[in-house]
Amino acid sequence: MAQEASTTSIVTFLTRLGDDQLVLGHRLSEWCGHAPTLEEDLALANMGLDLIGQARALYTRAGELEGEGRGEDDFAYLRREVDYQNLLLVERPNGDFARTILKQFYFAAFMTPFWQGTSNSSDEALAAIAAKAVKESTYHLRHSAEWVIRLGDGTAESANRMKCAVDDLHAYTDEMFQSDALTKELAGAGVAPEPATIKVQWQASVTEIFDAANLAIPEIAWPQLGGRQGEHTEDMGHLLAELQFMQRAYPGLQW
Amino acid sequence: MTEARTPLWEVFIRPRNGLSHKHVGSVHAADATMALQAARDVYTRRGEGLSVWVVPSAEITASDPADKDALFEPTASKIYRHPTFYEVPDEVENM
Repeated sequence: MAQEASTTSIVTFLTRLGDDQLVLGHRLSEWCGHAPTLEEDLALANMGLDLIGQARALYTRAGELEGEGRGEDDFAYLRREVDYQNLLLVERPNGDFARTILKQFYFAAFMTPFWQGTSNSSDEALAAIAAKAVKESTYHLRHSAEWVIRLGDGTAESANRMKCAVDDLHAYTDEMFQSDALTKELAGAGVAPEPATIKVQWQASVTEIFDAANLAIPEIAWPQLGGRQGEHTEDMGHLLAELQFMQRAYPGLQW
Repeated sequence: MTEARTPLWEVFIRPRNGLSHKHVGSVHAADATMALQAARDVYTRRGEGLSVWVVPSAEITASDPADKDALFEPTASKIYRHPTFYEVPDEVENM
């Protein structure tokens, strides 16, 4: 094994990973009571709860390693917008059901191999979180992929909506595979795979499902980046306002 | 979504190995794959099952409630079909 990763780097990485899960989990929670069918209302909420559970485990572990007394709530509710390092993809508004399910598919197609690669992490706590998360993510991938196929290869209306979703979201997918000093350090220490190495598997999943769904994979003329540096889209502030409201209005509130 | 596009499916869940599948409810879904996923999402959220079956509701042939006298009433007078007339020997402790 090469160089060990610094504790600060692992804390930053866990927080970053937690932010992805929390923000997408929150987006899914927005569907609660509004989904097109009762079955899908539960399916979306189930996936949201899986992701929020993963975020809780990641934040809790980050707080333990950091050793400054921060718990999961401090990470989730009491940071500023620029402190969140989630992918822009996960903060994109839900839009219609096609857009929501495509966002889920893009993300799960990345996270499933990512969690697989992380389940033998040199960091035992992270390996345990990954081993649990990969089961959840595998189902998210299966469920969202089946919907992408049925909507893309469905009625004229559903096919058009799925095509619009692809046009809207595809430029946000490149951010998942970006390397930086942190991902390199962690990959070198065997903590987590380099995101760029997952691109092949991701592309294979997307190609297979898009073929079945009669969808074309667009070229990305201008990748949308910035979330990893805390540079968010306008929608993120609105998301955080709702997410953080209770803890901001009633500090320390428990239930 | 219309009933024609997303027909009804009956859901059966087996709670543990060795037990049989039990009817738990129904879901609407476009096809068998989606029905199975919907059944998983709706009916196994609290660890209820190890196996799920879905069956198109339209494929179930049911007895007519109006026939219940003819079908089920005649058994009421045949109490000798219940295994309650045997003397259990004292040596058999747990029966």
